[in-house]
Amino acid sequence: MSEPLYGLVLAGGRSSRMQSDKARLQYHGESQLEHSCRLLAPHVDQVFVSVRDDQRGDPTRATRPQIVDQPGLAGPIAGIASAQAQHPGAAWWVLACDLPFLDEATLSALEQGRSRSALATAFRSAHDGQPEPLCAIYEPRSSAAVAQYVADGGHCPRKFLRLHPTHLLTAPNARALDNINTPQEYAAAMQDLNPAAAITMNIRVQYFALLRDQAGRSHEQLATQARTAAALFAELQQRYPFTLAMEQLRVAINAEFAEWTQDLRDGDEVVFIPPVAGG
Amino acid sequence: MAIFEFSHVPLAVADYPRRLANAASGGFCAFEGWVRNHNEGLAVTRLEYQAFELLGAKEGARIIEEARSRFPINAALCVHRLGDLGIGDVAVWVGVSAAHRDEAFRACRYIIDEVKQRVPIWKKEHYVNGDSGWVNCERCAAPAAHTHEHAHTHPHDH
Repeated sequence: MSEPLYGLVLAGGRSSRMQSDKARLQYHGESQLEHSCRLLAPHVDQVFVSVRDDQRGDPTRATRPQIVDQPGLAGPIAGIASAQAQHPGAAWWVLACDLPFLDEATLSALEQGRSRSALATAFRSAHDGQPEPLCAIYEPRSSAAVAQYVADGGHCPRKFLRLHPTHLLTAPNARALDNINTPQEYAAAMQDLNPAAAITMNIRVQYFALLRDQAGRSHEQLATQARTAAALFAELQQRYPFTLAMEQLRVAINAEFAEWTQDLRDGDEVVFIPPVAGG
Repeated sequence: MAIFEFSHVPLAVADYPRRLANAASGGFCAFEGWVRNHNEGLAVTRLEYQAFELLGAKEGARIIEEARSRFPINAALCVHRLGDLGIGDVAVWVGVSAAHRDEAFRACRYIIDEVKQRVPIWKKEHYVNGDSGWVNCERCAAPAAHTHEHAHTHPHDH
């Protein structure tokens, strides 16, 4: 084979909506970044991790060779452009690290459906029919077009694929390319990935300020199947007329600030923290 | 000495300075936050403070430790009032002693700024017209999609 096919797992995002590092979330008993790399590895010659310059030393991202975003570039297209610039002769299988439903059947379908005569091969979105740019193979000759697109100020890989000859495939599993961006989506994905593991836990919830007024109580003991604070809050939103959105709150578990995606344990004490106003 | 406290009774502000006194200090400064009679154009009649005291005391102590590591000070104390307060009551007291005045002023400023941003304390304003509202929670309630951080969107300096 003339040119190599390299894997590029994108881990340079800021995870701002998730409020915790998406690369580090665990859906399958290991970081989702590691899981993505392991899924992709058998299909490519080598797997690289795409990172921002300030993420080089992060242990989660340091287990594979890295492609560091070139200065001045940002977003997923920056990762692709930087990889192509470093290895001009290679084809790149680009993969996001926030696709917990991604499966072997989907990867095999892309490998087998790859068209080397197009600039890229991608799946059609199950939602809107548009190309899915973040589980796609970019052929070596796409590098000039990517570089030009970036130089022209483009930043959206989906738009890039729309503008260039892209071979589109139908994904064998409609959910495989669903990306997970928020704590609520994370909680729902965990539930869907392992429904049999639903167990009921006893959680004590304390309410303060506006939440206390709207819940009509200062605390309560709840039996819940929610696995995370995010899922618990979503459940309570159904019960009480809360006007604050989760994005406006922080959460504390056992009297310490916590991540919304942290697993709850039986007996935990949870406090949802509205915007503070001391002083 | 580095202490953060909550008080459910009026603050004994006259007693606090001597808790910070020590022979190595050449300066002491204090900040007091008072309840004022208006906020954002509305006449305020009284305030109600609530706190998640267990976590608030930890976060407050962390802030004071941070101040001690950032500035060469000798002692710091912050006491925050909880419960019902009237106009003119002291809501928060911060005091710092240090060898020199500059560090005392800067550490005092650091502590009050961080306390307002980070410690889980909430303030309900009661207005002349009979309404009331939790500051930062109601009039500023933003559409979910636009608020990605736990932002202190409106300053409420006393």
